[in-house]
Amino acid sequence: MPANPTSLSLERPASLKAALSMLAADPALTPIAGCTDVYVGLQFGTLTERRFIDLWDLKELRGISVDRDVLRIGALTTYTAIIQSTIVQKRLPMLVAASREVGGAQIQNRGTLGGNVANASPAGDTLPVLAAANARIVLRNHKGTRTVAFDSFYTGYRKSVRQPDELIVAIEMPRIDGQQWWRKVGTRRAQAISKIMMAAVRGRDLRIAFGSVAPTVVLAAKAAAVLRGGGSIADAQAALETEIAPIDDVRSTGEYRMKVAANLLAQFWNETR
Amino acid sequence: MARAVGRNVRRKDGDAKVTGAAKYIDDLTFPGMMYGATIRSTIPRGTIAARHVALTDDFVIADHRDIPGPNYVALIDPDQPCLAVDHIRHFAEPILLVAHADKHALIDVHQRVTIETRALTPNYDPETSEACFKRISIDKGQIDFGFQISDFVIDGEYRTGHQEQLYIETNGVIAVPGDGAMTVYGSLQCPYYVHKALVVLLKLPPEKVRVVQTETGGGFGGKEEYPSMLACHAAILARKAKRPVKMIYDRVEDLLATTKRHPSIVRHRTGLKRDGRITAMDVDVIMDGGAYATLSAVVLSRGVIHATGPYRCDHVRIRGRAMMTHTPPNGAFRGFGAPQTQFAIEAHIDRISDRLGIDPVTLREINALRPGDTTATGQKLGKDASALPVLRDAVKRSRFTQKRKKLKGTNRGIGLSLFFHGSGFTGGGEVKLASKASLELTATGAKILVASTEIGQGTRTMHAQIVADALGVPFDAIDVHEADTAFVPDSGPTVASRTCMIVGKLLERCARDMRKRLGKLTPAQYYKKHGSFTVTSQYEPPPGLQWSDDTYAGDAYGSYAWGCNVVELEVDPVTFEVTPINVTAVAEIGQAIHPMMAIGQIEGGTAQGIGYALTEEVVMKDGRMANAQLTNYIIPTPLDAAPMDIGVMARPYQHGPFGAKGVGEMPIDGPAPAVINALRHCGFDVRSIPATPERLMSAFARENSAGRRRRTP
Repeated sequence: MPANPTSLSLERPASLKAALSMLAADPALTPIAGCTDVYVGLQFGTLTERRFIDLWDLKELRGISVDRDVLRIGALTTYTAIIQSTIVQKRLPMLVAASREVGGAQIQNRGTLGGNVANASPAGDTLPVLAAANARIVLRNHKGTRTVAFDSFYTGYRKSVRQPDELIVAIEMPRIDGQQWWRKVGTRRAQAISKIMMAAVRGRDLRIAFGSVAPTVVLAAKAAAVLRGGGSIADAQAALETEIAPIDDVRSTGEYRMKVAANLLAQFWNETR
Repeated sequence: MARAVGRNVRRKDGDAKVTGAAKYIDDLTFPGMMYGATIRSTIPRGTIAARHVALTDDFVIADHRDIPGPNYVALIDPDQPCLAVDHIRHFAEPILLVAHADKHALIDVHQRVTIETRALTPNYDPETSEACFKRISIDKGQIDFGFQISDFVIDGEYRTGHQEQLYIETNGVIAVPGDGAMTVYGSLQCPYYVHKALVVLLKLPPEKVRVVQTETGGGFGGKEEYPSMLACHAAILARKAKRPVKMIYDRVEDLLATTKRHPSIVRHRTGLKRDGRITAMDVDVIMDGGAYATLSAVVLSRGVIHATGPYRCDHVRIRGRAMMTHTPPNGAFRGFGAPQTQFAIEAHIDRISDRLGIDPVTLREINALRPGDTTATGQKLGKDASALPVLRDAVKRSRFTQKRKKLKGTNRGIGLSLFFHGSGFTGGGEVKLASKASLELTATGAKILVASTEIGQGTRTMHAQIVADALGVPFDAIDVHEADTAFVPDSGPTVASRTCMIVGKLLERCARDMRKRLGKLTPAQYYKKHGSFTVTSQYEPPPGLQWSDDTYAGDAYGSYAWGCNVVELEVDPVTFEVTPINVTAVAEIGQAIHPMMAIGQIEGGTAQGIGYALTEEVVMKDGRMANAQLTNYIIPTPLDAAPMDIGVMARPYQHGPFGAKGVGEMPIDGPAPAVINALRHCGFDVRSIPATPERLMSAFARENSAGRRRRTP
């Protein structure tokens, strides 16, 4: 059942500083920006939060830059901005590819990278990319800033180390040394939630990440170790099976996800060098 | 004067829809209007022990005791209560109605109403169900003899799932009470169905009930019978509140509560000669009707009549039954039983083709119905029987035979399906309906008065084209009255591919009668001299048409349209995703009144059929649709529907307007079996739809474990 709009409240800070003060004073506020998931949750009655703080106008949180070889993407950068960015196209094409498959143009115009991270859905389209890219999440509260490695950001299903008074302000990624590979398997060719996703980097680094196969995005370290050590695809697939725990839901089955994850691993390994 | 028929004239409804001026039901308001909501069952089966309502006086609350007439939605069987009394037979069954002036006040109303229930064990299996809505038997020749003379007997079981119509505009109505009267405006296909239901339920004289169709954003059968239920609900509230009441379903409620296509289980046993001739067809058809009868009897009827496909066979036995289960009632959906049974026969024919080593085209050529042949019900086909022409054209256009060879052993496959579809109501249905259409002379031309609804398919335009040419006036001289029961006669429902062939023909007759009366005058001259007059014509069966409901034998339909689809597709060996590469759809429809709209019907029906084949799955959990959101009920986007090559052939039907037959439903009969046959061509033995990647993966695993030669991913 939809949430009653009269039960909702909204704070609209004029600056990041103001936003952080509001959160410090009232950590029960839920930060929102593009609202692409918030509206769905309100409509379906699955979102219990009623008090929100709108970050959409905070320009400090937008923008894409490179500083000392680190790619920094502001939390409020939209998928459209990522798709159009020549910097991201050059340095992180798998993020561009992932962004292109998020919803339709309207969703890409509203949805943000920080929102995708904060929303913490295991089916979040950009999350395997961030895991494979060895990203770091920059968090800030009214007292200061801290940076967390992406693979230790999530602690469980829709849970992360972000404290209630903290905002994700940026996502940072080191230069990627290797070939990037990405594939989303959705329920159809567009406007689809993923059934399984894989992002990987093969080069001096070998990082392989899967989405929609466990309560959080999974960095398949064991499978990568097998491959790095010259093991066979079959051995890597066997290792992968111990690292992911896909389930049945209305979109697919655990059996399918397990099998296709193994197939994707093989496809990636065959298509890259 | 340029003829209108056969030209792509400007749509009557086009400008208003493109500019946003068209008013849909949710665009309308009335003074003092309230909003209505429905409290529904949350269990699939049980009894109601008590209702607890904690609402203030500003809410209007109604239940079955507020119904002045008998508590059922009048359609075929009086079995479906408008509001549940003691028993619950499905999830989302309506129990209570609530209205309030502020629509936000209704959002959490469900939490303040408690329905105490005692659960009973539900049954979701139509095969073990003890309640049957309808049984039909068709017998032709002697089935035992047919098997005796055969060299081979090949059997198979085929299954299809639910499918949701997914019109863009969800169901919605507004009921406006009057002094001992009721007017209902709504998004609907059949104004007189709604009218009948309201007359019975409200116990009002027919002239005190008025139903007005508002601009309707799609129907596909989903607004054939369901709007009667919704209109009754709004009318009950409006009557009690003495104020207009608007009820609009959101997408979730629409998906959870309204009708879907009947799931089916079809079993074939077919006797064949070594040379491929079919000698016996024994078919068992089971349809899952859901919790109430709705239209199951007639869906089954069309299903069984089409169950042998467009094939000649002297010895036929068909047994059909529509069974009750504890899911929301299934109902009308484009194709109406024929997509299910033609999926089965067309998948079966390709399995026969494999077993006999006769290629799918030749096998169909040997057995296809030709002019002069008789169908399963013994109907002798006329010269317009076009199974062979559509088959040959589709095979040629798609280069089927060459591709079939070239693609063998690759990830690509190509498959075809041959099918037909009876236009108009089945059997004696049109005689019983006795539809009427009227034409009124205006100062500038004529105005069409019919209850046929424009639901996006082009009714108004197509009817005006027929009238313009039959009357000999320009297309723009023809107006179309809105479908309002206070003004238009009962032309029957807008269903069954009958709006052009049956109602269009009535209008053609009206126009010719009007022409006679005008003599040499133009409509304007006559109008100036004598004023207006109205011509009405009523359905009469074409001479010689015979049908028996007792033996289920005779002329099942006035005419049939014929179709052949070829689907070329690719299976991704990594993910088992299927990508249609090309679809060829050839349709013989008598005469395309408006070629662009006819092609639009074929393209749309084909895309909907591809969804039915591959992605559209209603996931039922405990009798409830678990994926009742657009995010998770997967219809094809333009990227999922393949490029299409559409061929329209014309073999005129002498009793159709300008030779036209029906076109609306047939296009959805063919894509699913063509897809499944293409999958078979690339090594996947699939006998149920939707053929999701998950199912294909299982089929692949089965094949491999059976040790048969298959490609590895």
